[in-house]
Amino acid sequence: MAQAPVLPRGFELPLKQRLPRVGAIDQVAVEERAADLAKRSIKKEAKVWALELAIRCCDLTTLEGQDTPGKVAALCSKAIRPDPLDANVPSVAAICVYPNLIPAAKERLAGSGVKVASVATAFPSGQSPLGVKLRDVEDAVAMGADEIDMVIDRGAFLSGRYAKVFDEIVKVKEACGDAHLKVILEVSELGTYDNVRRASLLAMAADADFIKTSTGKLPGAATLPAQLVMLEAIRDVYEETGRKVGMKSAGGIRAAKNAIQYLVQVHETLGPDWLTPDLYRIGASSLVNDILMQLRKEKTGAYQSKDYFTND
Amino acid sequence: MTGGRLAVRKTYKLFIGGAFPRSESGRTLELEGYNVARASRKDAREAVVAARKAFGGWSAATAYNRGQVLYRLAETMETRAGAFAAACTGRREVARAIDRVVWYAGWADKLAQVLGSANPVAGPYFNFTIPEPTGVVAIIAPTEPALDGLVARLAPAVVGGNAVIILASDDHPLAAIELAEAVATSDVPGGVVNVLTGLRSELAPVLAAHMDVNAIDVTGADGDVAALEVLAAENVKRVVRAREDRSPWEIASFMELKTVWHPIGR
Repeated sequence: MAQAPVLPRGFELPLKQRLPRVGAIDQVAVEERAADLAKRSIKKEAKVWALELAIRCCDLTTLEGQDTPGKVAALCSKAIRPDPLDANVPSVAAICVYPNLIPAAKERLAGSGVKVASVATAFPSGQSPLGVKLRDVEDAVAMGADEIDMVIDRGAFLSGRYAKVFDEIVKVKEACGDAHLKVILEVSELGTYDNVRRASLLAMAADADFIKTSTGKLPGAATLPAQLVMLEAIRDVYEETGRKVGMKSAGGIRAAKNAIQYLVQVHETLGPDWLTPDLYRIGASSLVNDILMQLRKEKTGAYQSKDYFTND
Repeated sequence: MTGGRLAVRKTYKLFIGGAFPRSESGRTLELEGYNVARASRKDAREAVVAARKAFGGWSAATAYNRGQVLYRLAETMETRAGAFAAACTGRREVARAIDRVVWYAGWADKLAQVLGSANPVAGPYFNFTIPEPTGVVAIIAPTEPALDGLVARLAPAVVGGNAVIILASDDHPLAAIELAEAVATSDVPGGVVNVLTGLRSELAPVLAAHMDVNAIDVTGADGDVAALEVLAAENVKRVVRAREDRSPWEIASFMELKTVWHPIGR
């Protein structure tokens, strides 16, 4: 698996023969280990450290049909300074929006260090012709997106047309230019952990900067075992090629406690090198509020209420 | 113990969100000859979460429905009268407590008429004042009488549409848990009534300081009530004390009065 393997374009072979070590995932063991790591108790200073890290790694996301420039502007203010009453709470890593809202986000975030990520490639289904997807990416980059979150064509993947999926990622990566590319696998649609691992390796082989669990548009999005499978794929690629690929978990991570469980797993699987916004992200919207409530609880000693934190 | 049958001993647990969990801390206390769960700060937090979750549905239920559900609670209490009698001063107190639930159940659909008003204003507007439930209410149960004292605080809070967390008395927690078992078999939705047993000195300040608790009833608080009021002031909690034995004004003290202006159309 050194570098991106030379894959026969448009040539439908079983993936096994082109990507070594896809192997099979032991479902019971993965779920057991994920559950085991989730039990770890993180308290006091370590908890505060982990919560602040989770905020720094957060892609504050709004992907709704009802998004307006006004809502995005409000979200950007929150991204820069999550807690208006406490300047010590760090900024999030990025804002994640639909392409049309990139200019609004760009304007508000100028000079803040918070990046603008945009979904593209016919998000969330990815069921559109390649030309449309590439144009989507080019437009998003032209409007100033620093990061592109693309979706793979699950229909192609599940019907065994891996080369199509691979080629699309390669072309999207080219269209991205300097923008970072995150490849969304949508694990809940892939069906098996074997497929999750296969798709992870495929995306990394196609030069993805990040691999990402989910669009957040489906129920049962990110799960701890799915992240573990993906992290182990990242680790295998790193051990073989020395290349560090990032991980983004998104969808359904709403409680500070869950975020810490995801971070623990990253630390245990990939080590402290990955505990940075450059290599790990959590895509979330309501998570930030829960973290802010926990941080203020650690500071004041009193349990907090949603009533005193902004909705978006 | 006859016929060599082993006694089925009861472990008294907490009542949170309609379930009977042990304390997450694993701690117990021996009180009134039984092992009783000793709730921790986290249990208190879970109880508030459960109450907050239940509040929406309960406060939106029709007054008529709330009255019926409360009457159903009186029914389930009646069938457990024996167990209640053992946990308090006896049958007489149980009867008083059950009658009290029935009495408050009747108030459910009369509150708005008695506590609310149509106010005269100098303009082309209707002006109404309407009682609305305060939200999540923490009740520090009075020590005596163990059952009726608790019911006297619980019933007026619940009938108005609030969700409550009862902090049982240190000395007589069994009445509170028996009451939880009656609540669990009535139609009161899970989370509307939650019961914590343990040390009041440990738990009362946590609930008083909790930002998501909207009112605290300190009728049963002993010791430093002023300290609790200071904690409650942080989010301007309503601090409630019993004033009368039975009265719609006891319900009113758990309610907020909201005033609405509505233009008079033609």
